[in-house]
Amino acid sequence: MALSARNLKVGDTYQEQIVENLTRTRLVQYAGASGDYNPVHTDEIFTTKVAGYPSVFAHGMLTMGMTGKMLTNYVGDGRLTKYGVRFTRQVWPGDTLTATAQVETIREEGGVHFVDLIVSTVNQDGAEVVSGYASARVDP
Amino acid sequence: MADTSDIGRVGKPVVMKIEAGKIREFAKSIKDPNPLYRDEAVAKAEIGGIMPPPTFLMTLAHWDDGDGQPRVPLDTRRILHGEQEFEYFKPIYVGDTLTAVTKVANIFEKTGGRGGTMKFVVMDTDFTNQKGEKVAVAHFTVIETGQAVASS
Repeated sequence: MALSARNLKVGDTYQEQIVENLTRTRLVQYAGASGDYNPVHTDEIFTTKVAGYPSVFAHGMLTMGMTGKMLTNYVGDGRLTKYGVRFTRQVWPGDTLTATAQVETIREEGGVHFVDLIVSTVNQDGAEVVSGYASARVDP
Repeated sequence: MADTSDIGRVGKPVVMKIEAGKIREFAKSIKDPNPLYRDEAVAKAEIGGIMPPPTFLMTLAHWDDGDGQPRVPLDTRRILHGEQEFEYFKPIYVGDTLTAVTKVANIFEKTGGRGGTMKFVVMDTDFTNQKGEKVAVAHFTVIETGQAVASS
């Protein structure tokens, strides 16, 4: 279902829990599906002993991808015109993430309606892991 | 000062046929059960065909043997993905053939707190379909930190 400009107002929010208790298996699965085999996401020995991190951590793109699922559930499929994020904090195995979109602007350009969204994903401690924005075409 | 001599360097074009199986596998990996990523009949009725999830385009960065990414010397033990942006211009469907061309858009340094001096590299990728239409662009920012940075 697509959103409709006439039913939207600035400040509207939509929220989803996008993952509960993130597993290392999920990181391996995303590595395979995306082709991103950077060992800091899958190889605990390399990550702790060579790179010096406390453990493997999630691909930023896994968090962005799961946050994108919240966005497409909200705005509908094939509706996004822009989606960008800053990765503000690492995501670790065991984390539970919640993603939120908030309506910032509703606008019309050449007869086409758009919504601009503020996007934020936080972990179980309320700390932001992704800070972003998105724009989507909406129905009148 | 950061060595900026790699700005403008362009990688080899990466060509990917958009396949239903790859989309299904990717959607599963991001825990997205949306039937539009796996059921062709449902997708056709709703949006004209199976379309990839918004961040699927990133798989083109890892599709070839690495020549698509223009070489910038970075220490792989200390790199972090800083920012990512996609702009979508035209729909992408299963059966399309996309060509991705990536160039180094910018290189700069910032003095940070925990990570010491950080080097930022921005790569821009243009995605073009088989009809020569530009369907999307991506901006990828990678950060080389002075040391391993773990945030909790």
